[in-house]
Amino acid sequence: MLKIAKYIILDIIRSKVLIAYTVLLSIICLSILMADADVTKGLVSITTVVMIIVPLVSIVYATTYYFNTYEFTELLVSQPVSRTDILAGKFIGIGTAILAAFVIGVGFPVVLFAFSVTGLMLMVTGSLLTLSFISLAFLASTVTRDKAKGIGLSLMIWFYCSIIFDGIVLLFLFSFSDYPLEKALIVLTALNPIDLARILILLQLDISALMGYTGALYQSFFGSGYGMVFSLLMQLIWIIVPLWLALRIFKRKDL
Amino acid sequence: MPLPGSLPLGGLGWAKQEHRHKNQDNEHKPTPSPLERVGERLRQSAETTPSPKERAGERLMKKLPILLLCMLFTKEPFAKTWVVAPNTALSNLRQAVKLAHNGDSILVKKGTYSSVNTIIDKSLVITGENFPVLDARFADEAVTILANQVTFRGFIVKNSKTGSMRDYAAIRLFNVRHVTISHNRLVNNFFGIYLANSKNCTVTNNDIIGTNNRQNSGNGIHLWQCDSILIRDNRVSEHRDGIYFEFARHSLIEHNYSEKNLRYGLHFMFSDNDIYRHNTFKNNGSGVAVMYTKHITMFNNLFIENWGSSVYGLLLKDISDSRIMNNRFVGNTTAVYMEGSDRIVVTGNNFIRNGWAIRVLANCNGNRFMKNNFMANSFDVTTNGSINLNHFADNYWDKYEGYDLNKDGIGDIPYHPVSLYAQVIEQIPQSVMLMRSFIVNLLDKVERSIPSVTPESVKDEKPRMKPNY
Repeated sequence: MLKIAKYIILDIIRSKVLIAYTVLLSIICLSILMADADVTKGLVSITTVVMIIVPLVSIVYATTYYFNTYEFTELLVSQPVSRTDILAGKFIGIGTAILAAFVIGVGFPVVLFAFSVTGLMLMVTGSLLTLSFISLAFLASTVTRDKAKGIGLSLMIWFYCSIIFDGIVLLFLFSFSDYPLEKALIVLTALNPIDLARILILLQLDISALMGYTGALYQSFFGSGYGMVFSLLMQLIWIIVPLWLALRIFKRKDL
Repeated sequence: MPLPGSLPLGGLGWAKQEHRHKNQDNEHKPTPSPLERVGERLRQSAETTPSPKERAGERLMKKLPILLLCMLFTKEPFAKTWVVAPNTALSNLRQAVKLAHNGDSILVKKGTYSSVNTIIDKSLVITGENFPVLDARFADEAVTILANQVTFRGFIVKNSKTGSMRDYAAIRLFNVRHVTISHNRLVNNFFGIYLANSKNCTVTNNDIIGTNNRQNSGNGIHLWQCDSILIRDNRVSEHRDGIYFEFARHSLIEHNYSEKNLRYGLHFMFSDNDIYRHNTFKNNGSGVAVMYTKHITMFNNLFIENWGSSVYGLLLKDISDSRIMNNRFVGNTTAVYMEGSDRIVVTGNNFIRNGWAIRVLANCNGNRFMKNNFMANSFDVTTNGSINLNHFADNYWDKYEGYDLNKDGIGDIPYHPVSLYAQVIEQIPQSVMLMRSFIVNLLDKVERSIPSVTPESVKDEKPRMKPNY
């Protein structure tokens, strides 16, 4: 398992795509932090960028890589290695590589310019977000056989999580604005890893006081240790559940 | 020494001499000067019935004190300084006030004195040396001033009684003129300085720290029915309201620092024609509130970090014909909140890092917002109505993305400070959950490319390209 992971990591580093991703992230973060005199506002801007780019790159790159090494997977399957080990090895390999790119690309500027609880929160939630989208990429890749279909599906997932879901939430809020929606909103938030990450970061920033009653409820829920554990757990679920589903499919799949 | 009365001309000459002499060694205060002795003798002789021999000089003698006064241009010879110190014959302020006459001074030495409602009903200069402590022991008020022209300075006043029926204060001024309260430290009182029905008083350089107790907390400086009061260089914290005005007119409030108060840093109602300048209001429970007032001028104040849900930097309710100029609003949840306020001129203010910079309800009209700078606010302007009766011009908005072809410093296309998303939040407060999400950014972009979706209500026709200074 670890051997497979090691091989994949070395392979990814050779390909230089992830290095470009790292450089891109660090350029974005550095330019935002250097341009904005106010560190907190800089972190808000980085959050906005990270919430779009990180899931997109993670899911598309993981899917592409999965399909690019399809022959290698077939080769491995013919060897006396369990399928669980193969998929887990692949996940660890790809996950470590992309996570390292994120941690270096964003973590370096943040530690340099804006080392704070908010910065730390951004790093933790960003990392979890990366892993959950890689996990979703695995699900998309195992569901289909075709590379184009797989990438299409992963793009759809990204599109759904970052735009469509929020649009639906907005529609939901409009339609049911006569009802008390605060508790429902917490549940809705948990259903989207991007929203979960965003709320966790924004609660450290300006949003809490602006949200009035909703904000107070959010703050008391997500701000408390209990809520923090809940949200981190939800993000872990977003990593584990798609991966587990992918594993189930992969085990039974006729390659 | 001849009796002054018996030799009028000689006496006068002698008095002149003494006057010169007194000027030479003015420092020797403790030993009573000859002039004081004269005064004492005059008083004594006025009390005793004059012998037939002296009757002739009686009329002159009666006039003599006035003559002396005119010559010396001062009451000094009659003003006495009473020294209060622990473990002496005069060991508390109440005794000293009883003994003193109008115009005397009382000097209180360092120490701790019990002061359960000491009433000052004479015009005295009362000074504390090295901050003596007046302790009300939670029994009543500490000091009540009922006379005009009192100066009260240099004390630590603490532990006034708390109560829900009466407003017990550390220092209460009632129905007085020309009273000065300065350089005191007020600690752990229900109300700090309470001015009622007073005029021309001065409150300066006091340091007022409250109990920070939500149930039993009064106001730091409380004015009721006052006129022409000067409040300067005071620090107020941990009270209910830092500075509270009710029916206080023509007053000047400057260079005060009001922070961490449980309700408002500054709160005033029905107080017309006041000026507030160079004050700092920081981190108060609900910010600053001004209500039901006309002709207020607020300038160069700093409203900072009044943060939390339903906390305001400056809350204006039913204010009219006022000016808000050159203030800085930094990091408040709502920097300026206006409700039912008319004809207010808001110019030259900086709004930085606020949640909402300006929130104008639809029942405000004729307000003018000009030459302000809006920077890094989550929302610049919000309103709850669709009709705009207020005027925006020449402001700098950091979110403005227009262009300036003729380089005159004014953007060529108008700026709409009320964003589409702000309108959505107005309708559904819960949608704040989507703040800074991709879809909200998308909404903003859509708004720019399809201007017809933007609420037309508020518009700045001449947005500045660079901040106003």
